Amino acid sequence: MTTPLRRRVLIGVVVVWVVFLVGAPIIALTVGAFSSGFGAVLEALSATDSVSALAFSLALATIAVAVNTVFGTIAAWVLTRDRFRGRTILLASVDIPFAISPVVVGLCFILLFGPHGWFGPWLKAAGIQIVFSWPAMALATVFVSLPFVVREVSLALVEAGTDEEDAARTLGASSLAVFWRITLPNIRAGLLNGVLLTSARALGEFGAVLVVSGGIAELAETGTLFVFRALDDRRDVAAYAMALALAAITMAILGALFVVRRRAAHSPVRTREVLR
Amino acid sequence: MTRSNATALVTPSRRRSLSSRGRIFLRVVTAGYLGVLIALPLLALLATAFEKGVSGAILAIVSPEARAALWLTLWTGGLVAILSAILGTLTAWVLVRYRFPGRAVISALVDLPLAVPTLVTGLMLILLLGPTTPLGDWLNAHGLRIIFAKPAIILALLFVTLPLVVRTVEPVLREIDPAEEESAATLGASPLTIFRRVLFPALWPAIAVGTLQTFARALGEFGSVVIISGNLPRRTMTAPVHIFGAIESGEPHAAAAVSVVLVAVSVALFVFAEHRLRARPT
Repeated sequence: MTTPLRRRVLIGVVVVWVVFLVGAPIIALTVGAFSSGFGAVLEALSATDSVSALAFSLALATIAVAVNTVFGTIAAWVLTRDRFRGRTILLASVDIPFAISPVVVGLCFILLFGPHGWFGPWLKAAGIQIVFSWPAMALATVFVSLPFVVREVSLALVEAGTDEEDAARTLGASSLAVFWRITLPNIRAGLLNGVLLTSARALGEFGAVLVVSGGIAELAETGTLFVFRALDDRRDVAAYAMALALAAITMAILGALFVVRRRAAHSPVRTREVLR
Repeated sequence: MTRSNATALVTPSRRRSLSSRGRIFLRVVTAGYLGVLIALPLLALLATAFEKGVSGAILAIVSPEARAALWLTLWTGGLVAILSAILGTLTAWVLVRYRFPGRAVISALVDLPLAVPTLVTGLMLILLLGPTTPLGDWLNAHGLRIIFAKPAIILALLFVTLPLVVRTVEPVLREIDPAEEESAATLGASPLTIFRRVLFPALWPAIAVGTLQTFARALGEFGSVVIISGNLPRRTMTAPVHIFGAIESGEPHAAAAVSVVLVAVSVALFVFAEHRLRARPT
């Protein structure tokens, strides 16, 4: 199985495959963005509409992280520590956002909150605008990035077990104290994993946000929508620069994720901390 | 010490671990979170798709454009799933069994599609293979059209789904002792036999999970495909792009009907893979 020639061929096939499929496109984007000079990229990124688009993307990602961290942690706790009827259905539903097309996600929210949607007339009467405005974009972003915190925290909770929590409770700690002093430190790495994945996914979301934004350019434009519109307007440098910026930010988040994972893998078992 | 105190020390009673009221409150919060964000939107989708009756939904699905789009999405997704299964398993095997210079780089590249926004993926492929680039120019001169044609769809799908098979097979493969493969080789088994008899029996659930998730993910892909496929109705328009077109032209019922087909297939496969095939410690 490991003759030198076979080894070389197999490694060669994998290297060529991965480098051509992933490496080459990334290099092409970098070269394309900088083909009109470093200054042009900086200039394009510091234009008012680019800055506001990036800021809006960050704001949506912040909302998604906040909502999904709070509710995702609760959901993870309930799904791993509690037993009740309907638990398996809830457990399966957590993965649904991974399997649904972003376009369909956008469509769903239009069908709920659009002018002819289920809550449309009611919202109109109350004077609340959700679709074609930022609330729907925030909802869509929360939806597509929902599974990460639940999944990562669930895994961390299962791994941590209940022994320490039980011990603390036996010694008279309240539920809240158990959560803050035992559970939360135990799931810290998992939670951080989830938050990083959520923010990367939220920053990169395009299809769902495009559908619910209804093309209200500039008023509420995310980074990805900016790229799409700039390509349409043949503002290539602006599109490439923003695409590069988005890719760089999300890759940096992924890099941070690796650091967290490596540290978690090397850190000694945390059970001792409780016994101090 | 009374008996009840002793039991409390050994196994803290449920009531003490969290009041039953607190437990129910947290269950309601969870059900509300998942219900409002996931169940309610899907319910609206289902209701709208069948608002004009089952026949209305079927008519929207079997219209020539919708049928062509669904077929294109299904076969490109299937092809990508098969390619990904083969190359992904090979990649996982090489990354686990061999140490070679640049291995860390290859491993990092495998994860990159998780981070890169899909629209940016599409743009990258245009900049690599589009008509204005040297490589695209050369391909064009040799009669090979990739961008704004079907090969671009396949390439984009391969890119966005790359980590799925590799990262599900890898941890399982790491658990298998290489000695098993080596002793089979010593006994004269060919690499294919070794894969079939030694690796495949242990790896197939992981390969199946990765392949099904690749297919499910490919069915829904939009951001990268919409800017590189050319979006010609009946030729290069995929189902998600078709749905987008239907929404834009004010046909929510048709959009919802086609969506239901996509969602039903991909959710069923994804959930089956995640909760039936993958042994999860829950």
